[in-house]
Amino acid sequence: MTRYAEKDTAITGIGMSEVSRGATKSALALTVDACLEAIADAGLTRAEIDGIATWPGERADGSGFSAVGCAAVQDALRLKLGWYAGGGEAPGQYGAVFNAIGAIAAGLCRNVLIFRTMYEATARKTAFANALLKEGQRQAGPFAWYAPYYTYAAALQQALFFNLYVHKSGITLEQVAQIPINQRRNAGLNPKAVYRTPITLADYLAAPLIATPLRLFDCDVPCDGAVAIIVSRLDVARGLRNPPVRIEAIGSSMQYRNSWTQLDALDTQAQPKVAEMMWSRTDLKPADVDIAQLYDGFTFHTLNWLENFGFCERYGAKDFIEGGTRIALEGDLPVNTGGGALSAGRLHAYGAVHEACTQLWGRGGERQVKGGPQVCATSTAGGPLAGAMLLVRD
Amino acid sequence: MHTPKPPARIPPAVDMDSQPYWTGGKDGQLLIHRCADCAYFVHPPVPFCPACEGRNVAPVPVSGRGRVATFTINHKQWVPGLPVPYVLALVELEEQADVRLVGNITHCDPAEVTFGMAVEVWFEQLDDLWVPLFRPVERL
Repeated sequence: MTRYAEKDTAITGIGMSEVSRGATKSALALTVDACLEAIADAGLTRAEIDGIATWPGERADGSGFSAVGCAAVQDALRLKLGWYAGGGEAPGQYGAVFNAIGAIAAGLCRNVLIFRTMYEATARKTAFANALLKEGQRQAGPFAWYAPYYTYAAALQQALFFNLYVHKSGITLEQVAQIPINQRRNAGLNPKAVYRTPITLADYLAAPLIATPLRLFDCDVPCDGAVAIIVSRLDVARGLRNPPVRIEAIGSSMQYRNSWTQLDALDTQAQPKVAEMMWSRTDLKPADVDIAQLYDGFTFHTLNWLENFGFCERYGAKDFIEGGTRIALEGDLPVNTGGGALSAGRLHAYGAVHEACTQLWGRGGERQVKGGPQVCATSTAGGPLAGAMLLVRD
Repeated sequence: MHTPKPPARIPPAVDMDSQPYWTGGKDGQLLIHRCADCAYFVHPPVPFCPACEGRNVAPVPVSGRGRVATFTINHKQWVPGLPVPYVLALVELEEQADVRLVGNITHCDPAEVTFGMAVEVWFEQLDDLWVPLFRPVERL
């Protein structure tokens, strides 16, 4: 029988810097804060960290999308490593975690420090206000096909996919709105969330239309902040101070065309086969999941994941979230319990892992889900990229 | 009152494979790579046919007609002077639906664009390139 390497790993510590719409510190300083907190939380010392990973690695392009890479962190903390990797060509943001699982299985390291640093709030105050296009240069890479068409932001690309989803599913604005409304309610109970004032359906409908069907509150909030987690070999994890949060199963597949224009299923994106892979590596079922931290770069990602994880049927998310009670903290499946990227800040799927562990360790304070949740589904990314993890408290 | 100039389209970086796509418009042609052995259209262009593993793949003129696979009407003025609203779309080529081309839909009110709408290519010069754009097929 196949032994899946992720089952021999666990998250053992988490850390998060201040999160804001304009940092008081440098991006590296934020990263160091998050990393030191995660190392201490795991009950480890710097000397015991023997691996480091990030996604997508340092991008010194002024966008703030990934202002800090492995090298800067390793040197700042003077880590002595058996393995390191930072890079963007992976199944979305969790690529760093999947790489770490492989490195641990290969015997290259035992305790991997994984971090993700965003500095987009500060970047947007000083630089060209979007991530995709730069004036005065020819656009290379996968987005070259979009370059001449005023595709100034990821919002436009994603709007292409989501408009088809709306067309096929028949979801209404009032139904979509339950995602941001629920998350803002949760953010109100999260002291670190960037936006904490509740929003109503009227607020959602009155907010500016960005690109049909996306409105302002469908979009995540650029922020400055860093998250770090420690992924340890399971036997090591069991000797540390926190109950290990085991990585029960991962989805990292790429079964579709890897292209932002030619991806096979426009309205479901790359998620269905990724979710299928994750479920194929565990005996657990969707009904066993207590909470879900679903990618929410845009609200529609969360809708897509509800369906693709099998929490509801294809195009059934509109009924699943109707009225918002099922996905609320007190509901059958609490979703994005800390406010998510839509309200807590765009920590790009690592805020979600941090929140998953916070909940599984019972540290949620006012927003703690009752009944001691044990199983959390997490997911990342859109377009042709997707990754998923099922986390289980040991 | 000073009105900012509309922003220029941002040109793509072009290589030997993609150059025909971005310059065919000079002669009024939309050029898409096609396998000479099995007739499969290969886009984005690469001189290898994933259908038959043939290497005889070269650009050929196509109809320039297609259907709107999906679209969005952009309302946000991302940069000063950007005229809004405008339509960004993915267009499925008439000859082969899994050749999906990006473009703006022009020559119509954005509110008139629909899923599956029949469109045809036209070209706008941008420096040394000719950018494919799409407009509704003339109704006779």
